Amino acid sequence: MARAVSNGKKIANTAIAGTVGFLMFFPILWILILSFKTEEDAIRAPLEILFSSGWTMDSFAAVQARSDYFKHFMNSVTISVGSTFLGLLIAIPAAWAMAFVPAKRTKDVLMWMLSTKMLPPVGVLIPIYLIFRDFGLLDTRIGLTFVLMMINLPIIIWMLYTYFKEIPGEILEAARMDGASLREEVIYVLTPMAIPGMASTVLLNIILAWNEAFWTLNLTAAKAAPLTAFIASYSSPEGLFYAKLSAASIMAIAPILIMGWFSQKQLVRGLTFGAVK
Amino acid sequence: MATKASRSSARLMISPAVILLLGWMIIPLGMTIYFSFLRYNLLQPGATPFAGWENYYWFFTDPSFSAAMLNTLVLVGGVLTITTVGGICFALLLDRPMFGQGIIRIMVIAPFFVMPTVSGLIWKNMFMNPVNGIFGQIAAGLGLQPIDFFGQIPMASVIFIVAWMWLPFATLILLTALQSLDQEQLEAAEMDGASWVNRFWFIMLPHMARAITVVILIQTIFLLSIFAEILVTTNGGPGVATTNLTYLIYVSSLLQFDVGIGSAGGVVAIILANIVAFFLMRMIGKNLDA
Repeated sequence: MARAVSNGKKIANTAIAGTVGFLMFFPILWILILSFKTEEDAIRAPLEILFSSGWTMDSFAAVQARSDYFKHFMNSVTISVGSTFLGLLIAIPAAWAMAFVPAKRTKDVLMWMLSTKMLPPVGVLIPIYLIFRDFGLLDTRIGLTFVLMMINLPIIIWMLYTYFKEIPGEILEAARMDGASLREEVIYVLTPMAIPGMASTVLLNIILAWNEAFWTLNLTAAKAAPLTAFIASYSSPEGLFYAKLSAASIMAIAPILIMGWFSQKQLVRGLTFGAVK
Repeated sequence: MATKASRSSARLMISPAVILLLGWMIIPLGMTIYFSFLRYNLLQPGATPFAGWENYYWFFTDPSFSAAMLNTLVLVGGVLTITTVGGICFALLLDRPMFGQGIIRIMVIAPFFVMPTVSGLIWKNMFMNPVNGIFGQIAAGLGLQPIDFFGQIPMASVIFIVAWMWLPFATLILLTALQSLDQEQLEAAEMDGASWVNRFWFIMLPHMARAITVVILIQTIFLLSIFAEILVTTNGGPGVATTNLTYLIYVSSLLQFDVGIGSAGGVVAIILANIVAFFLMRMIGKNLDA
């Protein structure tokens, strides 16, 4: 039984933790505020920004007008969602087989798949860059989708494997005894039970692909650039417009922040490969 | 239990993933190793003769290399120290009873979901800019000389930004580990008169030990490849003050187009990452048996 904690202690804890939380969150909150200011107001003193300046939506419109924000947003959506579902297509059969028909070497195969994730991207930057150049894949969404699928594939397989493992094998055996074929077993028994696990796998991988900033920066120029690369274009002094930078940033991180809040628990499992649950 | 038929169909189901990952690993890896022994620059078309260990020689004797190695070590070490110690503190704090725990936890975790280019740029411009940034304005308000973060303390600034992004990760994992601790054990210890320090040192910390190791290893893998944060804030400078191994290889590969030397650097980066990966894989493998 949990001990009774005095309200005074609880309030003290709340105050300390709340301060810490506020400080961690403050940069995000701050760009949210700046994104609703004019460029002139956005570089004033912090207190003036807060208490003596108006609010406007102009920056959002300006970002769209100046650099076709929506195109980059759609690039991000296409690449992250595309790579996740492509990966799922390949990972589901593999994870299913390893979880339910384990062989002697299943563990080795799993560990080997994980080891491909440990390869530092910069170690294969040149070959991938040259292959992309020769096949005309540089600055294309299809090329980037493929790369992101490959780098996230081990995580997808691992997450699905750990979720599938939790489904009791007896249920499948029972279905088999009742005469279900392999196909029916997968569609009618396994899929409904695996949907929550698959949903969190999808969520986490979209987040990872959305925020990926090595390959997206190095393999795209203007056409296929997702938001990571688009925002990087604001690093030039020419792009130093606080309100516009804030508006663009807020729009780029908002979808993922919301998804991230829903997937906190799965995040732990996915990023530690099941080592911490 | 598994029939022969199901076993062979299982093999069939795994093969696309295995073939793809094998290709993804072996083809670029083989090319990197092969290129690392060639004299090959994209700006000088023509023959690409065999160069032996020449590229490695140039890469290792380049003064930027030792700087980059040291920078990588400082960056990874600095971020690891902040995130591990901070993560333990945050996890202990968030584990205590309080009001609005869910909201507070969300605020602490949020930075992890911010894409690297965004966090680099908002810290660089809105906070660390000596004239318009908040830190500069506060310093000016107090009558102090504002710090030019990326000029005076570039590496510390980069470490700070990266730590802001990874502290939530450490907190989240350590909090998960802490919450799986049996409360009765703690209460029993408390009844026996163990002080908080003793309970932390002898019960909570050993319980979190595994998670701490996992946090350190996984972060190391990712931190060795820090790139975007450096690209948008300092471009590796001033000089090579914030150039890590990843950034150095990027410069020789895609800015100087020296495929040979870039590849040699790539091989070095792979070997380094593998040393860390070896220990991480052992940890995860052990868990798979349990």
